[in-house]
Amino acid sequence: MTSKEKEAVQIQHSPKTENEILVHAKNIKKYFPIKGGILKRTIGHLKAVDDISFQIYKGETLGIVGESGSGKSTLGRVLLRLLDPTDGKIVFNGIDISNMGNRGIRPHRKDMQIIFQDPFASLNSKMSVEELIEEPLLIQQNLPKEERKRKVTDMLEKVGLRASDRLKYPHEFSGGQRQRISIARALIMEPKFVICDEPVSALDVSIQSQVLNLMKDLQDDFDLTYLFIAHDLSVIKHISDRVAVMYLGRFAELASKETIYKKPLHPYTQALLSAIPIIDVDDTKKEREKIILKGDLPNPADPPSGCAFRTRCPHAHDRCAIDRPVLQEVEKDHFVACHLYT
Amino acid sequence: MTNQPVLQVDNLKTYFYLEDDRVARAVDDVSFTIYPGETVALVGESGSGKSMTGLSVMRLIAQPGKIVDGSITMNNLDLLSLRDREIISIRGNDIAMIFQEPMTALNPVFTIGNQITEVVRKHKKLSKQAARQKAIDLLKMVGIPRAEEIMNEYPHQLSGGMRQRVMIAIAISCEPKLLIADEPTTALDVTIQAQILELLEELKRELKMGLLLITHDLGVVYEYADRVMVMYGGQIVEHAPTKELLKLTKHPYTEGLLASIPNLDEEVDRLGTIKGVVPPAYQFPQGCRFSDRCPHVMDKCKESNPELTKITQDHDVRCYLYEKGGNDK
Repeated sequence: MTSKEKEAVQIQHSPKTENEILVHAKNIKKYFPIKGGILKRTIGHLKAVDDISFQIYKGETLGIVGESGSGKSTLGRVLLRLLDPTDGKIVFNGIDISNMGNRGIRPHRKDMQIIFQDPFASLNSKMSVEELIEEPLLIQQNLPKEERKRKVTDMLEKVGLRASDRLKYPHEFSGGQRQRISIARALIMEPKFVICDEPVSALDVSIQSQVLNLMKDLQDDFDLTYLFIAHDLSVIKHISDRVAVMYLGRFAELASKETIYKKPLHPYTQALLSAIPIIDVDDTKKEREKIILKGDLPNPADPPSGCAFRTRCPHAHDRCAIDRPVLQEVEKDHFVACHLYT
Repeated sequence: MTNQPVLQVDNLKTYFYLEDDRVARAVDDVSFTIYPGETVALVGESGSGKSMTGLSVMRLIAQPGKIVDGSITMNNLDLLSLRDREIISIRGNDIAMIFQEPMTALNPVFTIGNQITEVVRKHKKLSKQAARQKAIDLLKMVGIPRAEEIMNEYPHQLSGGMRQRVMIAIAISCEPKLLIADEPTTALDVTIQAQILELLEELKRELKMGLLLITHDLGVVYEYADRVMVMYGGQIVEHAPTKELLKLTKHPYTEGLLASIPNLDEEVDRLGTIKGVVPPAYQFPQGCRFSDRCPHVMDKCKESNPELTKITQDHDVRCYLYEKGGNDK
């Protein structure tokens, strides 16, 4: 790595050293053009991800939570270069991958994988389980057939499927089992980094917990780093070490999960947490004050000026309409983008 | 509540006759009552029969499904004995239903105003003008801003939360005595979910409706339901007032469900699980339908299916562990 690149990996706030960081995103932007008029000219931009910087540490799970349209899935896809960033830099394991071509990035793809939400749509229905799990091996490695078979069998067992399932097709499995196939497919290359994009939200609770437990076990076994995208705050809390809250393409708050859930600072985080219906039979919370936000998420193509949350924020004041708050460290390792704390 | 129930369902059975002679017992011997002003939650995983119970009450079961037995009583009227023409006047006027996906429930080619006035005019003899005014009032009632403008907009122009509000407006247009809400907030974000649930609660109080809330989310149940019925394999396996059910949980299935939800207050390393998956409705195990997934399974459970039994005044359980009204587990 050149000294210039090394400099780029230096982080402004955290004392983490360079080799503890697996992914470093710097000022990531992803704008989608909005076409209009008869000539289909670009008449504006939808800023799905708008200037986000953060690091993912080796071995941790960074949870990203936000409502639909907040840009969390787009962010995940940009990090893997499944979408090209409009601007910004992605450093993966010390290597800048943001401008690499398809050929250049292919050797790195085996280190970064993704698991999608809908296991009904993400598996090719005409391929058997064996073919599905084997496919990444065929593309990435030149292994003899026996070796590949052995790997597939091992992986099936690790994700809790039977070796005899290998010749079955996806439609023969339930949602939870299909998600296990997706996980096996993602892990067969022994990646370092896995993005989990709402992996359990299509599953029933009893199945959801099986898959969450499995993902935790596999993280230990394979030394994985997760970026876990979800809208369910209790799932995020269960699985994450640190949590980032996204709102309209930006981070509203980023901190360790203990801090976020015990002492949320951003009014949006506070409202989100208060809106989750919880079971509290022992009345430990007595009168938990529910903050009911007014209105909907604004149109991401036409976000409010200044702070994007101000139209729904109970604490909004004049400044919020003018200045856009930046993500700042207000306490150690606790980052908030809100004028209340500046 | 000593007054008359708005709905009484007795021994309801809805079966689906599939190809190759298989019979899916989607709803199998379900009985319950709902009183005015009360929220009763019907909880279960996908395939447990909760939506089919709701649709059966509406008499909206389509081929190859059929209500084969039982009775559904409302205003001293047995809904199952009514002709199709007669049931139409019950639907909307007395019972209304809202669904999970408000995009598919609204017709994309008609304006919002069109769709509300259609319902209003069908059920009430109102002039076009009066119906339009009624529609605007309804939209305002469910908290839609710019109601007059929204009347001329199409479903795709509205957000998911707004569409669900429109569905609710249509559902309450004839002030039904019973509202069946089938996963009304599952497709919505959590901040919007809170808005919709508060709205339903408010309307329920105002209109003194009974509310049958079908959901899989026990958090929602805790905050909004008075009583809960847990469904598994087409049957009610546990029924009690909400707090009692969640605190003094009896049925192993309910226990398993509760343990598998990540808790916001407690830190656990591993979540509880229920082994296996919900069996399809044409392939229930012999005996108790939960027996092949139950951690407390006994020999007896594999032989015959336990009855739903009262263990205290208002707590019913379908499980051999509590057969003698005891608590011995």
